[in-house]
Amino acid sequence: MSTIKTANDKWQDTILQDQLERSPELNDSFTTESGIPVKRLYTPLDLEQTDYLADIGFPGAYPYTRGVYPTMYRGRHWTMRMYAGFGTAEDTNQRFRYLLKEGMRGLSIAFDLPTQLGYDSDNPLAEGSVGRVGVAVDSLADMEIIFNGIPLDRISTSMTINAPAAVLLAMYIALGEKQGVSAENLTGTTQNDILKEFIARGTYIFPPGPSMKLAMDVVEHCFKHLPKWNTMSITGYHIREAGADAVQELAFTLANAIAYIEAAQNRGLNVDDFASRLSYSLGCHRDLFEEIAKFRAARRIFAKIMKERFQAKDPKSQLFRTFSGSCGSTLVAQQPLNNTVRITMHALMGILGGHQAIHTASWDEGYALPAEDASKLSLRTQQILAHESGLCNTIDPLAGSYYVESLTSEIEKRVTDYLQTIDELGGMLKAIESGFIADEIQESSLKLQQAIDSGEKSIIGLNKYIEEETDTPQSEYLQIDQEIDEQQKEKLAKVKAARDSVAVAKALKDLDDAMDRDENLMIPIIAAVKEYATVGEICGAIRNKWGEFSDSSSV
Amino acid sequence: MKNKTRILISKLGLDGHDRGAKLVAHTLKNAGMDVIYLGIRQTVRQVVDTAIRDKVDYLGLSFLAGDHMTLVSKVVRELKERQAGNIKLIVGGIILKHHVPELKSLGVQHVFLPGTPLEEIANYIKTDSATQNT
Repeated sequence: MSTIKTANDKWQDTILQDQLERSPELNDSFTTESGIPVKRLYTPLDLEQTDYLADIGFPGAYPYTRGVYPTMYRGRHWTMRMYAGFGTAEDTNQRFRYLLKEGMRGLSIAFDLPTQLGYDSDNPLAEGSVGRVGVAVDSLADMEIIFNGIPLDRISTSMTINAPAAVLLAMYIALGEKQGVSAENLTGTTQNDILKEFIARGTYIFPPGPSMKLAMDVVEHCFKHLPKWNTMSITGYHIREAGADAVQELAFTLANAIAYIEAAQNRGLNVDDFASRLSYSLGCHRDLFEEIAKFRAARRIFAKIMKERFQAKDPKSQLFRTFSGSCGSTLVAQQPLNNTVRITMHALMGILGGHQAIHTASWDEGYALPAEDASKLSLRTQQILAHESGLCNTIDPLAGSYYVESLTSEIEKRVTDYLQTIDELGGMLKAIESGFIADEIQESSLKLQQAIDSGEKSIIGLNKYIEEETDTPQSEYLQIDQEIDEQQKEKLAKVKAARDSVAVAKALKDLDDAMDRDENLMIPIIAAVKEYATVGEICGAIRNKWGEFSDSSSV
Repeated sequence: MKNKTRILISKLGLDGHDRGAKLVAHTLKNAGMDVIYLGIRQTVRQVVDTAIRDKVDYLGLSFLAGDHMTLVSKVVRELKERQAGNIKLIVGGIILKHHVPELKSLGVQHVFLPGTPLEEIANYIKTDSATQNT
């Protein structure tokens, strides 16, 4: 090392110095997207503190920095997920069949906001939102249409659903039963990550305490009956999209995970009984190396937390299995085709970051929901990278890069500091309730926006290389049928007319009683959805008992 | 001396993406305006009630879920019915360019599309309110 140090000093004083005198660098200082200082050059000197076996190691072995599986993409490519779901159940079914035909193995459903907030399509609050950002699901009848002709034992389904996750999972279980697929063979994920709704995404219904209980009911039920189901996808993506930087995104995601694991332990579950069914999701933002280092650091910190803090014995409990998504906020409405390049970078971050599933956005998402050809291009992007680029030939190819390893360790250090602060505040629930998390995010959000507005941070097409825009014809956008509200309301009315209303009332009463007895609500919810009780009726019954949360954030 | 410009910033409907709304509210507050931030998931009635009660000059609404046409029509109707048409309506968010003329014909004074710098929004309101008050 000392010879390298001597040589390094000499290079700085001679070759580098000469160059800098003749021509200065473009900026006085360089930082990552999240403001971590970046040096001109990284050398073996930066890895002096790194212990290969303890910090980096081997894929499929603790601390998993290099990947959660021993063969990674040489054994199996990542799951290419497309987030789809818009308009009616029929539209979504058609899109799913199309994507399956195109080679997708995993489906990912977006639900419309009324569904996510536990309102039926005929609720006045739902007006204008039915089928807008995802598919409308009022009752099991809608799920039957969405999965018509799609055998549930042949696919895995990821559902972006949180506050009413128990209800949508209950419908999936009931649907499986109708298809003859038993619960133990269902594979997929419910996002079911309610804490991040309070800090980032805003799609909460009940107050934090009861919300945690319902989320834990899903975890407990799946532990007993759906061994292959990923009960929670603890998600940093939305925290990032709310304005957090990469370090905060990871720190707050891990802090949420710690809160859930503690809650499950308080229920008497053993950490090794449920931790392997938790999965994680992080965003792919703008800075290639920072994102890759974030993903590598995530695996390492998580493994340490599971081993040291929670004494998890099963190696599977220590795996930070991740689904990554293109951060929509990095897409630009101006010169939208440029987004294909940004999306390719997102896929590259996910692949070099060693993710188990990757979602890539579509180039038109800067201003609209993706059209079919844009969505297809986004899938093809992943397929080109998987099959043509050589990216999958070796595992964690950036390991050993002086820069990437240094950045990985720096992110680990910063995240660990945050986790300590949150512990000192009394844990994540307290940190959320005190406004600490929201304030931290707001500060980063403002800093980034100001850097973009001032031009300090270049965004092509937005603040650099701006062009006069030509109007894109309206027909190129995916338009949601304005009639959708009415159609969905009619469908709901038909379902309500055809069902056994006495059985529905009894099922809702049973749910109410189960709440009084503080039981796991999954069983009564499954019974209710089978009678075609609606999302609004079931969530309404819970609202009546537990109340609603309302935000009082300041700016 | 003229009173501070007062603006109500909020989100109608069910969408919870409030990063933009919060940034705009924060920026306007720093620019010396009197900002009332109502936050997410407000109903048309709640927003209009507050706007009238607090005598705001501007009502700023952020939309990212494609529900702007429906909800803006309702706001305009409600403001008119309650003789509060003097409150100026400003809209921002993920809005298709060809929706701008439609929104303006409904009575929206200005629409800020994706990528608008925060300063531009503050300057617009400063300039606009100065013109009205001289």
